[in-house]
Amino acid sequence: MTRWGRGPTRRVRVRWRDIGGEAAAAVVQRPVRTLLTALGTILGVGAFVATNGLADTARAQVSSRFDALKATEVRVQDATPDGSNPFPADVADRLERLNGVNRAGLFYMVPDDGSLRVRTSPTLVGAGRALVPVVAAQPSAVLAALPELSVGRLYDDFHEARGERVALVGRAAASQMGITRVDNQPVVFIGDIAYTVVGVLDEVQRLPDLLLSVVIPVAAAERDFRIDGATFQVLIDTAAGAAQLAGHQAPLALRPDHPERLQSLVPPDPRRLRRQVSDDVTGLFLALSALALLIGVVAIANATLLSVVERRNEIGLRRALGARKAHIRRQITTEAAIIGLLAGVIGTSLGLLGVAITSTARDWTMTINPSTILAAPFIGLLAGAVAGLLPAIKASRTPPAETLRA
Amino acid sequence: MTTPDGDEARSAGEAVLVVEGLSKVFPGPPPVTAVRDCTFEVRRGEFVAITGPSGSGKTTLLSLLGLLESPTAGRYLLDGVDVIGLSDSSRCVQRAHRIGFVFQAFHLLGYRSVLENVELGLLYQGVVPKGERRRRALEVIDSVGLTGRCDGLCAHLSGGEKQRVAIARALVGQPALVLCDEPTGNLDSANSEAVLALFDDLHRSGMTVVVVTHDPAVAGRAQRNLRMADGVLTEAVQA
Repeated sequence: MTRWGRGPTRRVRVRWRDIGGEAAAAVVQRPVRTLLTALGTILGVGAFVATNGLADTARAQVSSRFDALKATEVRVQDATPDGSNPFPADVADRLERLNGVNRAGLFYMVPDDGSLRVRTSPTLVGAGRALVPVVAAQPSAVLAALPELSVGRLYDDFHEARGERVALVGRAAASQMGITRVDNQPVVFIGDIAYTVVGVLDEVQRLPDLLLSVVIPVAAAERDFRIDGATFQVLIDTAAGAAQLAGHQAPLALRPDHPERLQSLVPPDPRRLRRQVSDDVTGLFLALSALALLIGVVAIANATLLSVVERRNEIGLRRALGARKAHIRRQITTEAAIIGLLAGVIGTSLGLLGVAITSTARDWTMTINPSTILAAPFIGLLAGAVAGLLPAIKASRTPPAETLRA
Repeated sequence: MTTPDGDEARSAGEAVLVVEGLSKVFPGPPPVTAVRDCTFEVRRGEFVAITGPSGSGKTTLLSLLGLLESPTAGRYLLDGVDVIGLSDSSRCVQRAHRIGFVFQAFHLLGYRSVLENVELGLLYQGVVPKGERRRRALEVIDSVGLTGRCDGLCAHLSGGEKQRVAIARALVGQPALVLCDEPTGNLDSANSEAVLALFDDLHRSGMTVVVVTHDPAVAGRAQRNLRMADGVLTEAVQA
């Protein structure tokens, strides 16, 4: 038995769940329209995820491929070269006390005025052959070059301190001069002075010129030859990550009286380089994804506005059935937000797929910040909700009498 | 079909709708007076038809009675409540609880099922639990003879079935007044007859029904006829 016409006259509340149900039904039951509405946001969120994913992945590549050797090498040179040696005698002692410095030593090429004529016999045979340069290097400088010997040994601090006439011969120079062994104590003549060859350098990781040269202790070079006009340099081998600090401190440690006389050549800071690379990539792509997202918001807003016009009768009907303006606003905004959320989820999936495909194609390790994946759908939701505001206000202004005019 | 009981039976014969000097002028330019100084009453359980030529102001009068538009002047008591000057929200409450609408164009959501469309009539009444909404919707759907089509999409129904769904949606909220705008305007004669039979049942159950129509068959089924011409309402002489 029905009692017609009962019911409250006071204001009533409609539950969010019911409004949400109506919005979800409108979204789900018209999938094609929903997909078309969501397309812009799918692209925007997809671009956002792909951008961040590729930036993270690229950052990891920069990190793993960064040249560790160059990152641990520092050179110190004369800032105002005048031909004299600006470095103190105890370079290694001063620098190896610094944090992060493994080896450090002075080296320079001995100026050749044509009198050096490196050879293996005291007579001047083989004139016309390519000249073998002479490099003076402290033992710690040779060590800082990370050498490998094919035969013999390196000279050491004892030889340096005493100015012993010993020499290392680079692989190419040894080959030119026919030196293959050192157990027979071969000598090379530099000018008219004999140096005993104690080792043959097979490989150096730094200062590759050493392989073409004869390397002798600095003390011996200073005693036996004119060194004015040489380009004096200090080579420092540092621990990973210490190059920046060592480069900063070395001039002060070497010349506390005139630190400005010396100039450090340090590798680019790997962190800064990494940040710079990723900032460049991220900045560019984030701008693009923001643009795409903006287009997505406009697309949702436009499609929702069109939908509101198309659904004028439905909205009028809901008003006739008792929906307040607020109920209409909530429903349309919720619909747009749901579409935005769906677009966010689809866009996130497509973005991840893009990162995976790119990483696989380039043989990279796919790296992505989880917060990007978690945030992306909510960016879509927010974009949808914002995009839905204007159409929602427009829809709520639909006069309820619209249904009678249709 | 349902019948009034208790308090409702006791109040049978009381005015559900009292209109005095109701006018509606649409601002121009030039201003158009669609409804001019209408005064009438509709008593509980009456079946009233409002007839008249196109442009005579019938639909505007129905909009005023249904609180879809605000009058320019006059007094209107709906079920004892003075509804002139109510806020938009309060008018929404009145529409949700006291008025059921049946439109010529049905205005069903084609992508939703029959059951969902009928439940929509309860949605804006406030917190009616989902189960209760479903139970009441099924009851009304049964009363209009569409039990077998509950889960079918409205887009797939015939015109007559659609109008029966629309009537079910109007009734599910148990309104004091059902307002119908050309309810048979989009139907063939067979379907019109079925819908009119439904109105007869409604009338017998004690429902107050006001129908705006061109159709003499509909007007002929009504207990009382009002005639509208140039915005002026007059009592028609019963044939």
